[in-house]
Amino acid sequence: MKQRSMRRKILRTFFRNRTSIIGACISVAMLLIAILAPWISPYDPLKQNVYYRLTPPERSHLLGTDEYGRDVLSRVFTGARISFLVGVISIALGMLIGTGMGMIGGYAGGRVETGLMRLLDIIMSFPDEVFGVMVMIVLGPGMENVIIAITILMIPRFARMGHAPTLAIKEVDYIASAKSIGASDFRIIMRHILPNIFGEVLVMGTLWLGTAIRLEASLSFLGVGVPPPTPTLGNIVRVGVDFLAVAPWVSVFAGLAILISIFGFNLLGDGLRDITDPKLYAR
Amino acid sequence: MIAYTIRRTLIAIPTLLIVLTITFVLIRIAPGDPAEVRLGDYASKAAVEALRSEMGLNRPIWIQYLDTLKGLLQGDFGRSMVNGRPISNDLIRSIPYTLELTLVGIIFGAVFGIPTGVYTAVKRNTLADYIGRTLSLGGLSFPTFYLGILLMLVFAIKIPIFPVVGGGDLRNLGENLYHLFLPGLTLGLIMTAYVTRMTRSSVLNILNEDYVRTARAKGLTERKVIYIHLLRNALLPITALIGVYAIVLIGGSVMVEIVFSRPGLGKMMIGALKQRDYTTLQAVMITFTSFVVLINLITDLTYGLIDPRVRYK
Repeated sequence: MKQRSMRRKILRTFFRNRTSIIGACISVAMLLIAILAPWISPYDPLKQNVYYRLTPPERSHLLGTDEYGRDVLSRVFTGARISFLVGVISIALGMLIGTGMGMIGGYAGGRVETGLMRLLDIIMSFPDEVFGVMVMIVLGPGMENVIIAITILMIPRFARMGHAPTLAIKEVDYIASAKSIGASDFRIIMRHILPNIFGEVLVMGTLWLGTAIRLEASLSFLGVGVPPPTPTLGNIVRVGVDFLAVAPWVSVFAGLAILISIFGFNLLGDGLRDITDPKLYAR
Repeated sequence: MIAYTIRRTLIAIPTLLIVLTITFVLIRIAPGDPAEVRLGDYASKAAVEALRSEMGLNRPIWIQYLDTLKGLLQGDFGRSMVNGRPISNDLIRSIPYTLELTLVGIIFGAVFGIPTGVYTAVKRNTLADYIGRTLSLGGLSFPTFYLGILLMLVFAIKIPIFPVVGGGDLRNLGENLYHLFLPGLTLGLIMTAYVTRMTRSSVLNILNEDYVRTARAKGLTERKVIYIHLLRNALLPITALIGVYAIVLIGGSVMVEIVFSRPGLGKMMIGALKQRDYTTLQAVMITFTSFVVLINLITDLTYGLIDPRVRYK
């Protein structure tokens, strides 16, 4: 029995580290592709070539070409660049605004808290895709607007993250001590509450980066995202669907890139969460 | 229980009202004048003005708002901005397609997800658990539309055993189910991933409870411990999360309907979006969010029924 649990422990630790390591490798690889896209793309992602329309994958076009003869590999690289950019910026903004709102709500208490959290709950009661479409209708198409829409969807998630721990922390003695020596509310939030939840927020940010990328892809797929000709992973899939029977490679490869990216961030975020959550060690 | 039901239902009303208001406001501030949209680019100013007053668009916004609310209370969603037909008819035609899809999705998810979740939790940190966890994380990473496209490519295009598009005639059960298979499978697989993951963590939380240890200590078989003590208690948090599933489910159904061109609410929403038919869009949004509010209400009531403690909070 003892030996068995020992083996389990080793297996568990090994797996835990391995998931995060695999996740980190995938995420870093995809991020590198996104960053280096302009330099590693074999062709101009926007360059059309009528002689090479809908060519299946071959040596000169590793992932084939689309209906305008554009190189799918180059488009997927650039698409990843745009999709990741949208994802990272919206997560950063959502984290900043959301966590801030959550902490302020939790710290202030009373009506501010009730009103704020109630509003955010209502946003969360809309399905992401539906609320995203609604925001995009109001703002109109465009990359900045996609970022705004996804940020709005991310704010309530981060607000909840910032809110609950703040409620617990503000009752702790060192907050009372800080208050008694005259620290301002701003200082208390920034110096005494934020450091306590920062790690957790960062971990969830990694996990939700996958969600943000999925949302960007979904909005683009529904036709309310970043408009063509700018490639994003979602709109490459969307256009490819019309040619699914004759040229499945367009949608399949672009979708695969989305899947791998999200899976990478999920693995990484999940592994990090397990490692940083001491409660789980008891199990 | 009656007091709790009344209280909980009353709380749902302001939520619904706020949701309606947000939708109304968002649709109003969206660019594009409905009358201009309906008449096209070459309409004269006078014609646009005439239509605006006919549609009631030049009245104060709060009167329009009250009118919309009054209509909704009577089940009247107004008329389509594009073809002038009552929207309620289109809604009634679309809702069954979305309803059957989401039902299949949640049943499929529960049937496969709950046992897998319990199994992986009980066998935690074994190979089976790792495989189960990796698969469910994979499922969570799959964008719904991509899974739909892949299934369509394999089972409708490469091996043409299922139809590519459409929803089938609702009166013809066989044809309807035939059209429902791939979309249902898509949504069902995604839901399975969600349910598995949430079930696993719910069961894990209970595994260390005192009563589980007591059950084991008094010599019950592992099977009895799992079915009678673990699963029963784990079902509570699993039920509580139905609201979360509902949101995922409805969002997923929109994507699935677009991929498979099923004539449901999601398709109606995107169709209205393309034609800039804002009244239809508003009606679909309100229907979606009412579903979510309704499902949350039912979940809370069920929860109150199962767990009496909830009623007195």
